[in-house]
Amino acid sequence: MPEVAVALWCIAGFLGAGVVGAVLGNRPFATPLVYGACLAIALLGVLVALGVLFGGAPATAVVLPVGLPGIGAHVRLDPLAAFFMLVVDLGAAAASLYAIGYGRHAAEPRRVLPFYGAFLAGMNLVVLAADAFTFLLSWEFMSLASWALVVSDHRSSASLRAGYVYLLMAGFGTFCLLLAFGLLAGTSGDFTFAHLRTAGAGETATALATMLVIVGTGSKAGLMPLHVWLPLAHPAAPSHVSALLSGVMTKVGIYAFIRLVFDVIGDFSPWVGLVVVMSGGGTAVLGVLYAVMQRDLKRLLAYSTVENVGIVFIGLGLALAFRANGQGPAAALAMTAALFHVLNHAAFKSLLFFGAGAVLAGSGERDMEKLGGLVHRMPQTAVVFLLGCMSIAALPPLNGFVSEWLTFQAILLSPQLPQWGLKFAVPAVGALLALAAALAGACFVKAFGVVFLGRPRSPAAATAHEIDAFGLTAMLTLAWICLAAGTLPGFVIDALAPVTRDLTGSALPAQASLPWLSIVPIAESRSSYNGLVVFFFLVASGSFTAIAVHRVASRRTRRAPAWDCGYPLDSPLTQYSGASFAMPIRRVFATVTFGVHETVDMPRPGEMRPARFRLRVRDPAWRFFYGPLARGVERAARRLNRLQFLTIRRYLALVFAALVVLMLVVAAWR
Amino acid sequence: MAMMLDLALQLVQITLLVAIAPLIVGITRKVRARLLRRRGPPLLQPYHDLWKQMHKEAVVADNASWVYRRAPYMVFAATWVAAGLVPTYATGLLFSWSADLIAVVALLGTARFALALAAMDVGTAFGGLGASREMMIASLAEPAMLLIAFAVALIAGTTQLSAIAALFATGDVGLRVSLGLALLALVIVGIAENARIPIDNPSTHLELTMVHEAMILEYSGRHLAMIEAASHLKLVLYFSLVGCLFVPFGMATGDKTLPALAIGLATFVAKLVAFAVLLPIAETTVAKMRVFRYPAFIGSAFAAAALAVFLRFVSRGF
Amino acid sequence: MSTLWFDIAHLFAGGVLVLSLALLYQDRITAVINVFALQAVVLSLSVAWQSVVQGAPHLVATAVIALVAKGLIIPTALHRIVRKLDVHREVERAIGGGPTMLAGLGLVALSILLVEPVVDTADPVAREDFAFALAVVLLGLLMMITRRNAVTQVVGFMSLENGLVLAATGAKGMPLVVEVSVAFSVLIAFIVFGVFVFRIRERFDTVDVNVLERFRGERREHL
Repeated sequence: MPEVAVALWCIAGFLGAGVVGAVLGNRPFATPLVYGACLAIALLGVLVALGVLFGGAPATAVVLPVGLPGIGAHVRLDPLAAFFMLVVDLGAAAASLYAIGYGRHAAEPRRVLPFYGAFLAGMNLVVLAADAFTFLLSWEFMSLASWALVVSDHRSSASLRAGYVYLLMAGFGTFCLLLAFGLLAGTSGDFTFAHLRTAGAGETATALATMLVIVGTGSKAGLMPLHVWLPLAHPAAPSHVSALLSGVMTKVGIYAFIRLVFDVIGDFSPWVGLVVVMSGGGTAVLGVLYAVMQRDLKRLLAYSTVENVGIVFIGLGLALAFRANGQGPAAALAMTAALFHVLNHAAFKSLLFFGAGAVLAGSGERDMEKLGGLVHRMPQTAVVFLLGCMSIAALPPLNGFVSEWLTFQAILLSPQLPQWGLKFAVPAVGALLALAAALAGACFVKAFGVVFLGRPRSPAAATAHEIDAFGLTAMLTLAWICLAAGTLPGFVIDALAPVTRDLTGSALPAQASLPWLSIVPIAESRSSYNGLVVFFFLVASGSFTAIAVHRVASRRTRRAPAWDCGYPLDSPLTQYSGASFAMPIRRVFATVTFGVHETVDMPRPGEMRPARFRLRVRDPAWRFFYGPLARGVERAARRLNRLQFLTIRRYLALVFAALVVLMLVVAAWR
Repeated sequence: MAMMLDLALQLVQITLLVAIAPLIVGITRKVRARLLRRRGPPLLQPYHDLWKQMHKEAVVADNASWVYRRAPYMVFAATWVAAGLVPTYATGLLFSWSADLIAVVALLGTARFALALAAMDVGTAFGGLGASREMMIASLAEPAMLLIAFAVALIAGTTQLSAIAALFATGDVGLRVSLGLALLALVIVGIAENARIPIDNPSTHLELTMVHEAMILEYSGRHLAMIEAASHLKLVLYFSLVGCLFVPFGMATGDKTLPALAIGLATFVAKLVAFAVLLPIAETTVAKMRVFRYPAFIGSAFAAAALAVFLRFVSRGF
Repeated sequence: MSTLWFDIAHLFAGGVLVLSLALLYQDRITAVINVFALQAVVLSLSVAWQSVVQGAPHLVATAVIALVAKGLIIPTALHRIVRKLDVHREVERAIGGGPTMLAGLGLVALSILLVEPVVDTADPVAREDFAFALAVVLLGLLMMITRRNAVTQVVGFMSLENGLVLAATGAKGMPLVVEVSVAFSVLIAFIVFGVFVFRIRERFDTVDVNVLERFRGERREHL
């Protein structure tokens, strides 16, 4: 059986699991049954994808006799699709395993189970679709299924609002993609990707379609300023679904961008690369700055997703610029960096959302100002969450560092671009990337330090309990993936070679056969990195020192109260809170960027009321972009309201005028 | 056989750094004290301090978890590995290719991450204060450091420290404003990262002004010794970074013959001593800054490094 | 030309540009004046070096003018003004330090971006000097825009003029007359500014030029 058929059976399996969930619904055994089935199917999907990536088999395609009559649904499994299928199904497998245990906390499983299967099926189908109709249909299917999951907690007004914003943005994105396909296909009526590749729409139409694709897919991936739905919607869903939304669905948006721009449109000017690089850099920095300000753990993670999407888009923009100038090897490096980061982010962001879910299940809190000290109550979760934090903060020897290192190497190739604007802009974006990486470090010191370290800030945190074995296994697996991808990056890069060869016409040299398993993207005299050796040295020197000190010097330890400067005040509220941790960064970066508003209400001596400190942070996208937009729409609506109270003769006149204008346009067009 | 020699040379580097780091710190303290017309501690005092701390029992706060107890070793290991990968007396050592300048910067980031977490573990206000300020400084200094790496790498065409040092040692690169700016930026970043005046005062215990000391306030005994040793190593790391990027002369770049290695070692130690004398001279001429003046100071490093990147495009092409 | 000669020319010209940015960074008026004096010294060194390289002895005159007038007389005079008028010692900025520095960096990038592709075929020294000079001029303008105090505005204007001299010496065959006239006009401008500063001070007890605007009725009350 060809691989694509197996992949399709997987999709059918996911749908079937969804149906089972809908039918059996609230029975107690339905939850483990559905998630277990999804786990098995997703693992099968992972195997298929790995087979395609490593097997080197040619792309397989079939036409299904469903969809529009006479056209059918085209599906195709090439290396790019296989890679994203791997990301999707890896995330799906981990989430399903996690949910076998975690799903029992769901109040109404019937509101989650059916859509869970449908959501997984939708994401897989987007990746496989090979004509515009199937693509858009599965894209909408995925959006709607995920929307249903976002509003599964239908009693909370926050998740309803999140669902509303998400629905608007998803609809807007699909609309943009629809227009883009229309522009690309012209009047031929053939909407298969194979045809669109060769159709060759005019230069203006192609440029416009490229911009529409950036907007349409960027709104799903979370590119600024189209990210606003993401920090609302991702935290609203149950945690395993949050992991899928953040770790996987944003990747489907990135897949759509790569598929449409690199593959289907195929020829573009280098300036598109500049646009994408710049918006990626801005997204990365603003996203992580926002993440630092959050006090809700899941929102922090969602904003950090925005940051990572920005990093991926920096790589993609570089790949665009290099490819448009015919510099294949450099484009392959940038593309490898972006795809590597896609895989990494899927792994560690899922892990972190699982950790947040564990905290939520164990303590009932996700407000960081009420947590603390969980390392004592949830020791295993703490270890894996720490690994996730270190990965996402791009610390060697873990995987986040490898992909950012590759991105830096690609940025360092920018002087060979012939456009002067790009020569200057790309190093500036490199500085933004470095800033984002450093701020991510601060952000995840805050996340881990405030939630897991210190003393519990509320009774809920003091009595938290560890999560079940399924959840721990899922998190541990992802943590191992992070470590493996960080120490043995050569194998990942080799697996990406067929993908980059398809997209940029060239690939990085084979890495796995290099001595000592180091990675050398261009030439050894230029740059090389060896995660395995660094990891080995870290472990060796750390344990050598520890053993030496314990043996030779002293190993005596005494427990004593912490130093209190002579003022015994053991309220845990005297600790640094999340907001106070972020204060220096807020002062330095955010007052200008975000218009952070701090008010201190200090009672005068003798007054009995408590002092209050209020902090208001608003997303600038709302203030500068959506606020005016909404007001404009409202004003226009009020204007147009008058149209409801016209006489019939005037209505007829309007219709007639519209008709004449349209005819004039048609006449002028030809 | 050649392999064994290479391994031995690498071992010499990593042991040399650990062995010499307290002495270098001792020199800076001595010079600083003399400049302030004090007599100052003996040159070997840091060794005595480390020895004493290691043999004392470690007092651990009641609430501290394993993070607190493992972090000192992690900090030390990460700093040590980073220091071992910067070329000191010879280029092209056995493992010099396993991490480049960007990875060295990131390894220091790993150490900082571990230390900041350890500071937050006990759950007192000081630890959080130190950690939060340290991360703020890092978020300013790290981009500047990366831009320095860019500037240097754009000139040398590589991020491999060993290759950069070998290229710069030939003198072919010539005098460049870019390099001068990068040096200025690196000095500022080094001052910020090593908690020196005007960013932080390594000898203060005034609670409101300290950053690094606030983070390690709770530490004692062998844990404190590890962290102190790590911060000594970090200072030497930055000295050898300045040495290998901007004054790579005397380094054994070619064949590893005995005279070349001996010259390399001698010049390396001489460079370290020279920097250790210059640093306190610079420190005594300025006053410590307020916390919220840091952004302007470290920002100037960022500006200098960015300018170095831009100006690279106007000098004669490479 | 040997590379070392080129490198030294490059170093001096780059030094002038870096000092322009340093001018933007300074917080104290006395420091601003000192940096300006230093810039004039580096400029005169650069001009002197160019006279050696180009074999143009008349450039020595330009160098001497720059050194004496802008390295000595004007800074001394400005120090005197500051001391005599008891001007506020902090530089009063209209825009914060960070954004100004970023804007300055952007201007440097912009001028390199503009000059580099245009004169690709020209002599590399002239091309470089041109890029640096344009950046110095733009930074001088930026300094004049973002500072409230008249003394710092004068310094901004002078450093702008330094940029003009840099551009003039980089191109071979710029006659001395042009430079003399430029230097002379700047001297006159300096005198005018000096008188102007004293006059503001006399009338309004401050050298903040905003006061002047209010006097002219340009500023609306709600500002």
